[in-house]
Amino acid sequence: MADLLTLGDAIARYVKPGSRVALEGFTHLIPFAAGHEVIRQRITNLTLIRMTPDVIYDQMIGCGCAEKLVFSWGGNPGVGSLHRLRDAVEHQWPRPLQIEEHSHAAMAHAYAAGAAGMPCAIFRGYTGSDLPRVNANIKSLACPFTGETLAVVPALTMDVAVVHAQKADREGNVLVSGIVGVQKEAVLAAARAIVTVEELVDDLETEGTNAVVIPSWCIDAVVVTPGGARPSYAHGYYARDNAFYTSWDAISRDREVFRRWIDDNVMSVRRSEAAGS
Amino acid sequence: MTAYTPTEMMTIAAARALSNDDICFVGIGLPSAACNLARLTHAPRLRLVYESGTLDTKPRVLPLSIGDGELCETARTTVPVVEMFQYWLQGGRITVGFLGGAQVDRFGNLNSTVIGPYAHPTVRLPGSGGATEIALHCGRIFIVMPHGPRAFVPRLDFVTSLGHGPTGTERRALGIATDGPVLIVTDLCLMQPNPDTKEFEVVSVHPGVTMDRVREQTGWPVQARERVDDTPPPLPEELDVLRSLQQRTHRAHGLDTAHA
Repeated sequence: MADLLTLGDAIARYVKPGSRVALEGFTHLIPFAAGHEVIRQRITNLTLIRMTPDVIYDQMIGCGCAEKLVFSWGGNPGVGSLHRLRDAVEHQWPRPLQIEEHSHAAMAHAYAAGAAGMPCAIFRGYTGSDLPRVNANIKSLACPFTGETLAVVPALTMDVAVVHAQKADREGNVLVSGIVGVQKEAVLAAARAIVTVEELVDDLETEGTNAVVIPSWCIDAVVVTPGGARPSYAHGYYARDNAFYTSWDAISRDREVFRRWIDDNVMSVRRSEAAGS
Repeated sequence: MTAYTPTEMMTIAAARALSNDDICFVGIGLPSAACNLARLTHAPRLRLVYESGTLDTKPRVLPLSIGDGELCETARTTVPVVEMFQYWLQGGRITVGFLGGAQVDRFGNLNSTVIGPYAHPTVRLPGSGGATEIALHCGRIFIVMPHGPRAFVPRLDFVTSLGHGPTGTERRALGIATDGPVLIVTDLCLMQPNPDTKEFEVVSVHPGVTMDRVREQTGWPVQARERVDDTPPPLPEELDVLRSLQQRTHRAHGLDTAHA
């Protein structure tokens, strides 16, 4: 059963230095508030996992939280580069960053394998690409029935998954709607799961339909964090702040401008404000 | 004749390549503009699929990200990302995929990963995203990229996505069932693979562009088809629809006002 915690307590309890962590969200419901709390608690040496590391991972990498990044597309969608990620890879600033690079198809299959308790994911992919040359975790096997060469990657599992969702009920059952990404798979592939939500409700009102509901008994902590996905968006609550994503390009290009932005917008925010209470 | 930019010509030429029968895997940026222009002009039944899981999407404005709320709100349905890559892409449901990259070679292989050596890149690019498997599983691939000698290179720094292979023969030899790249649309010309060698050659040049200019902007000794057509200039209707789509988009993204 999920505990109802504050953001500070949830992160402190489950995200440890050196943890393998996925803060997922496929351009929607990105857990920005939780990522900022990791930065504020100065948790380092993390292996950060995500299909589309975007601005929140750029911020965490720029603050030196990450030792390794497992990813398949690292950019600012529709805008361009993630300059903090590039600075870490190209100039080892603020510290060297190991990368394990995949394609989206591979990571999606690998999350599903992690959720299913399988050791690996088998799919049709990577043919003719150089990615297997630079990532020892991309292998192949022959289909025992047809002989076809198939790609194999290890299942993605992690110490902690952190996702954001629209609502939870008072037992900690969570409803995710809109672009649901790989959030459910990430939660089920992780030893521990933290879910930040826009609001707590008496009834999820899913009426037994096939809505994406993650039961409380798969979640460790639920944190009420209104606006916790901003400047990303929460379908039905607020829109993506596309102007901020565009402005991030200039903020993140320069190390000092970036540091000031983090000081003003992350470090100086009190935990109670960050938790929205 | 109405004035237009080379990027508008490129977008319109890419849109014209899509038909009412296509089910199209759409990337952000130029492909998204081209696909929606096609849907709003000559191909109203064109189905657009975005990798965030939205099927039959009809966005009123162009999304900035691959997962903008606009896509989900205007989709027939939205599926989980795992299902998108398993059932819809790998399952062979998509007829055409749009790709671009930082570099393309003469056989339509693409690099969107790094410039320079992988371990010590001069420029770290975003990476594959969906591209590696889009290149394998869509029925055919259209490549859209502005022309330039640094983009149209003799040899890729890194192969992110397979075109016809390093010598143009490997895709066929591997027995991949899909056609791979069949069209490159640039701001100067249209290119198609030679049926035998799979080397891309110029089949049409845009108004005012000479073959000399195309050669100067291509990093390999680019060949032209025996007969090179003139790309028809943008029609007033195409320009009107594209520009009003982009104006709506600009307003919707709040890019007219400074961000606090």
